[in-house]
Amino acid sequence: MIVLRDVSKRFGSQIVLDGVNLDVQEGETLALLGPSGTGKSVLLKHIIGLIRPDRGIVVVDDEEVGKLKRKDLAALRSRIGYVFQNGALFDSMNVLENVRLGITDGEKYRDESYARQRVIECLKLVNLNPDLVMEKFPAELSGGMRKRVGIARAIAGSPKYLLYDEPTSGLDPVNADVIDSLVKRLDNELGVTSVMVTHDVRGAFRTADRLALLTGGKIVQQGTQEEFLASQNPKVQEFLERDFPDATFAA
Amino acid sequence: MNAQTLDLRRFVGRWTLDAMSHVGRVSLLVWDAIKSLAEWRVWLPRTFTEAWNIGVGSLFIVLLISGFAGAVTALQARYQFTGTIPIYYLAGVIVESIVLELGPVLTGLVLAGRIGARYAAELGTMRVTEQIDALESLGRSPASHLILPRVLAGLIMIPVLVILADVMGIFAGWFSMTMVLPITNEDFTYGARSFWRPFDATYSVIKAFFFAASITIIACYMGFNTKQGAEGVGRATTGAVVASSVLILLLDVLLANLLLS
Repeated sequence: MIVLRDVSKRFGSQIVLDGVNLDVQEGETLALLGPSGTGKSVLLKHIIGLIRPDRGIVVVDDEEVGKLKRKDLAALRSRIGYVFQNGALFDSMNVLENVRLGITDGEKYRDESYARQRVIECLKLVNLNPDLVMEKFPAELSGGMRKRVGIARAIAGSPKYLLYDEPTSGLDPVNADVIDSLVKRLDNELGVTSVMVTHDVRGAFRTADRLALLTGGKIVQQGTQEEFLASQNPKVQEFLERDFPDATFAA
Repeated sequence: MNAQTLDLRRFVGRWTLDAMSHVGRVSLLVWDAIKSLAEWRVWLPRTFTEAWNIGVGSLFIVLLISGFAGAVTALQARYQFTGTIPIYYLAGVIVESIVLELGPVLTGLVLAGRIGARYAAELGTMRVTEQIDALESLGRSPASHLILPRVLAGLIMIPVLVILADVMGIFAGWFSMTMVLPITNEDFTYGARSFWRPFDATYSVIKAFFFAASITIIACYMGFNTKQGAEGVGRATTGAVVASSVLILLLDVLLANLLLS
C-alpha cells in the first residue's frame, strides 16, 4: 500500500505540492490526473524516493521512504517498476541490455540464460517481437516502441508496484489506445498495484479503478469514475468538460 | 554604508556560499563513489571500457601536442642559449622542461577539453533525459555505474598518457636539437643526465594523478548536476572544461611549491 500524508514540495519560490494526501490500495490502478505542470511527475518521484518532500511523509509497504538508508531504498526500488515519460532508455545499450537492467535480483541478472529468457518474455508481454527489436538501440525505435521497451524494463524485475509517468503523452491516438490497453492488460495479468500519471482523461477512465485530480498543489478530488462524473467541484468539472462535453454534472 | 558596498558584500557572500556548496556536493559525490567500491562487479568491466576509450582515443592528440612542444622547446632553447652556455646544457633544459612541466600540464589541459567535455556532456544528457533517474529507480547506484568507472579510468590512463607524452616530447626535442645544432647523441645524453633526478619522473606522475582526479571528478560532478535541457548540457560541458583547466593550473603551482621546494 502507498500512503502520502501532508506531502509538500517547493522548488525555489514555486510551491509544487502543498499538503498532498493520497492512498493507493493493494491491487488497484489509480490514475493521477491534472493539467500539465501541476507536479504529477514530482509526486510520482516522491513515491520512489527520487525526490524527498520538504514536509510530510511517503510510506510504501509500511516503510517511510524518506528515512530509508541507501541499501533499503535500493531494496524498495527493486519492488517498484517506474515507466518514464520518454522511456529514459540508456542510449549506449541495446534493447536487450536495457530490459535486462530491469532485472533487479543480482543473481538472476548475472545468469545469462535466465536474463535473456526474461527479456524475451517481457518484450512479448508488451507486444514487441524480440527477434526484431532486441539488438536495436533506442535511437532506432519509434516513440511508441520506446515507451513499450520502457514498460518491459519496468516489469522485468517482477515488481509489486508500477508507476507510469505519462505513458501515452506524445503518441497518436491509435498508439495511445494501444498503450492504454497494454497498461490495463498488464495490471490484470501481473496483479500489480499501479499509479498512472496522465492528463488524458479518456485513457484514465479506460484504465484506472480510481482517479485523483491534482491541481494547485493539492488533490482536489479522488474516487471512482462515477464519483468524478457526479462531482460538483468546479475544478473537476472544468477538467472533465473537454473530454466529456455531453456529461451532465450534478451541479 | 552605501548601496555599492552592500552590493559588493552581498556578491562576495553569495559567491562564497555557492563555492562552499559546490565543494560540499563534490565531496558527497566522491564519498558516494568510495562507498561504491564494494560493487566491483559493476564498476570493473565499465572501468576497462572507459580506460580503453581514454587511452586509445586520446593517444594521437597527446603525442602530437607533446611532440610539437618538445620540438619547439628545443628550437627556442637554441635561440635563447646558443653562445651563452655549453650546448649540452640545452639537453638538460629540454628534458627537465618537458618532464616537470610541459608533459603533464599540456596533456592535462588537452584531456580537460577532450575527456572532461565528453564526460560532462554524456552525464548531462543522461541527467536531462532522466536516464540517471531511471538507473536509480531500478535500485542501481549511479556512482558505481557511472562515476567510479570514469574516475578510475582517468586515474589509471591519464598518468600513462603523461608518461608517453614525456617520452614523445624528449624524443622530439632530441630530434630537433640534432637537426639544428652540432650536438652528438652522447652530448645530449650527458646533458640530460647532468640535471636529471629520479624524483623528476615521480613528480610528473604525481602531477598527472592530481590532474586526472580534477578532470574526471569535476566533469562527472558538472554532468551529474546538469539542469534545464540542452542549454544546461552546454553549460555543464563548458563549465567542466573551464573549471578543470583552472584547477590544473592552480594544482601546478601548488604542487611545484610543495614538492619541488
